[in-house]
Amino acid sequence: MENILALARKTAEAAEVFEVAAEETSVQFETNRLKHIQSKQSTSIALRIIKEGRLGYATTTDPDDIKSLIDSAVETARFGMPAKFQLPPTTAYPQIDILDPAVEATPLENMEKLGQELIEIITAHTPEILCEAEVSKDTISVKLLNSSGGQAEYKKSVFSVGIYGSLIRGTDMLFVGEGQSSCSPITRPKDIARVVIQQLELAKNPASVPTTQLPVIFTPRGAASALIPSLVTAFNGKTVLQGASPIGNKLGKKVFDAKISLWDDPTIAFRPHSRPCDDEGVASRRTPLIEDGTVANFLYDLQTAALANTKSTGSASRGGGLPSPAPSALVFAPGKTSMDDMVKDIKEGLVIEQLMGAEQGNILGGDFSGNVLLGYKVESGKIVGRVKNTMVSGNVYQILKEVTAVGSRAEWVGGSLYIPPLYCPRLSVASKD
Amino acid sequence: MPDIEAAASQLSEALKKYKADYIEARLEQSQRSHITYRGKELESAGQSTAVGGNIRALVKGGWGFVSFNDFNDLNQRIELAVKQATLVGKEESRLAPVEPIIDTVASKQDAPLDIPLAEKKKLLDEYNQIIWRTPSLQTSVIGYADSHQETVFLSSLGSYIKQPRTDITLRLSAVAAGDGDVQQAGLSLGSRGDFSPMRRLHRQVEETAKKAVDLLSAPRVKGGEYTVVLDPVLAGVFVHEAFGHLSESDFVYEDDRLRQVMVLGKQFGSKELNIVDSAAVPGLRGSYKYDDEGVPATKAYLIKEGKLVGRLHSRETAAKMNEKPTGNARAINYRYPPIVRMTNTYIEPGKTSFNDIIADIKEGVYAKNWFGGTTSMEMFTFSAGEAYMIRNGKIAEALRPVVLTGNVFTTLNNIDAIGNDLDMNQGGGCGKGGQFPLPVSNGSPHIRISRCLVGGS
Repeated sequence: MENILALARKTAEAAEVFEVAAEETSVQFETNRLKHIQSKQSTSIALRIIKEGRLGYATTTDPDDIKSLIDSAVETARFGMPAKFQLPPTTAYPQIDILDPAVEATPLENMEKLGQELIEIITAHTPEILCEAEVSKDTISVKLLNSSGGQAEYKKSVFSVGIYGSLIRGTDMLFVGEGQSSCSPITRPKDIARVVIQQLELAKNPASVPTTQLPVIFTPRGAASALIPSLVTAFNGKTVLQGASPIGNKLGKKVFDAKISLWDDPTIAFRPHSRPCDDEGVASRRTPLIEDGTVANFLYDLQTAALANTKSTGSASRGGGLPSPAPSALVFAPGKTSMDDMVKDIKEGLVIEQLMGAEQGNILGGDFSGNVLLGYKVESGKIVGRVKNTMVSGNVYQILKEVTAVGSRAEWVGGSLYIPPLYCPRLSVASKD
Repeated sequence: MPDIEAAASQLSEALKKYKADYIEARLEQSQRSHITYRGKELESAGQSTAVGGNIRALVKGGWGFVSFNDFNDLNQRIELAVKQATLVGKEESRLAPVEPIIDTVASKQDAPLDIPLAEKKKLLDEYNQIIWRTPSLQTSVIGYADSHQETVFLSSLGSYIKQPRTDITLRLSAVAAGDGDVQQAGLSLGSRGDFSPMRRLHRQVEETAKKAVDLLSAPRVKGGEYTVVLDPVLAGVFVHEAFGHLSESDFVYEDDRLRQVMVLGKQFGSKELNIVDSAAVPGLRGSYKYDDEGVPATKAYLIKEGKLVGRLHSRETAAKMNEKPTGNARAINYRYPPIVRMTNTYIEPGKTSFNDIIADIKEGVYAKNWFGGTTSMEMFTFSAGEAYMIRNGKIAEALRPVVLTGNVFTTLNNIDAIGNDLDMNQGGGCGKGGQFPLPVSNGSPHIRISRCLVGGS
């Protein structure tokens, strides 16, 4: 890396080298049986330069291929975006626990056993269910070096377990599932199985809803599929800078219900998306996004922050390309109402556990519409069964402004979102028999 | 850069020495470039190169898979894949028999990577200027990407196939804003390596930008059931989501209940309905000569005269269902094993003209252009980029984009008119099992679906 930096500095006024090396091993089950074991080794090196004031960028998988890496970066710098920022010098990073050697040390046999136990618990409940499951362990090493003297280096472990079950009766299909990940080994299959078994229980009986407006409870998983894509886009500093975020000019204004508080937090110990610094070497910190309903901050990387006349929030993320602002882990503050009390409050309504297709709506405007892939009918304060052939439509901003109650128990969904159930007074529901 | 052909010749001897029922290796070298614009400015331009490979081994029905971009000690990679497969394998290995193939597929000379980045940028600058000539436009995003890869596939059967793959994608979206509302319209296309379709888009770009602005004043559709007419682009997405995924037999082959649902000969639609998947059609984004298991591409009828007549296979799913392999095992890159995927999927044209399709619709929805789509096998949703009401046989007012949903087993039966105007959409990318975006194309003539559920206010 030092080599690349030194050579790049000969043609460019500033340079940054970012290297990720990963080792991943996964054990995969299909139709309740062990089917695959995979291991993946990968290295990638990204070079970002500033030459004559413009950004150039290239990546390679080959650490010996320095010359063409630099040539590629120089070619793109001919018309790259003018760089408005300085690469950060060396700085102190917070100490965040994200490495547990027990992950790497977990033998394949234990991973297999964990998957097998998980499937056994679920098939003991519903013998005809067919499960796919995956248990994986990853070790990721990140190194960053820049020409301002900045340097960062950390190692992270991630252990993940996911299960997906299908129950097919004729052409009637039910899909259930849950996944968890952590920087430490996951050892209790029961915690994951519990979620799946509850889905199976609640979906046992068929139920139907009329085409009308109904109160709706989004479970943590339901909220993740319906509401989060719009919020991630709206709080991205880039969207704000372009004037395309509906809340871009609402900083300090109360846009959401006072029960809603949301922050981005890359500093939580042993969470798979936590890290001491972002992908540009800016120190991690907790960034409030919504404080009691008021828009508090947007997420920035160095370049976007410079263009917007503000400071990076340490939110640069590289999804294989140039750094761009992205949340690390979105955390919603839990409220005061239990899930049971929410259900009891509803005379006729819906509980949404999984919404399909919501991310295909107008993400920017917040309008979404989706098929209730897994959802339950509520009648007189009780969940009575599963609804199908049902669509709900709504607007994220309206939902978070009118929310009746925020659940008292939040859950991690997919490693990067911590969210409680949300109870909305009314949403458009369309259904067919 | 490690030389993949040198590594391949080293591997071709080694593969035969290990105790496994089957071993294959896939080595890949790729170059990519991308240019994105956000708003008026170019946001990023970048180039990348990658070299990597994988070994996949089958022992007693269990698979081991090892991917790498460090080419030192390849024998150790083979050993690991075989060891993993041995840990998994507890039954009998079954793969549909194929002939070993030795072939080098010629690389086309008009590779997009030979066009200087500056020339591509000049073209995108023109498009961006067109977008920005439109009044009330808030912002725009343009994403251009191209890639070229050379792959060497070799197997313990003795196959050695060298194949190139080139792919180009261009996505533009224009965002209009007004009165606290934000609307967008997009244009998306792709190509199997030919850059020329990217050059002639000036008029379409202008229309796209105007559409975004027009949407601000368009009403939302009232949710409910409608007779819906889909244009060829959206009908292509529909056939991909609503039926294509269900015909991928890795979902079916070890699931007895699903096998009963998907039994060959079952009536899914009317006699006019024919659905095909074919990588053998040349020049489309899903086209190739051999799949990633070294099986030659075929033309597979999935539905013929409304009946289920076939499905998409890998060698393993074909063997386990006692059917013929179709050459549909694909991987997005060396980091993934091949899985059963679609290629170019389409509804064959019928005889009805567009005017006749809409003539007797009193109140319906005309949905055009795609925004996205997804499926859960039984249920699917897909969203239109544009929509209009149909009133008394005529296209009427524009609507906000709509999301359509349905049940596969009833919706195909509800297709009651098939147009005569087949067109292929090259702008999509398919995701499955964490492998996204895989180049595919899909298409259809205009089709009419009775009783389709449309989400709305």
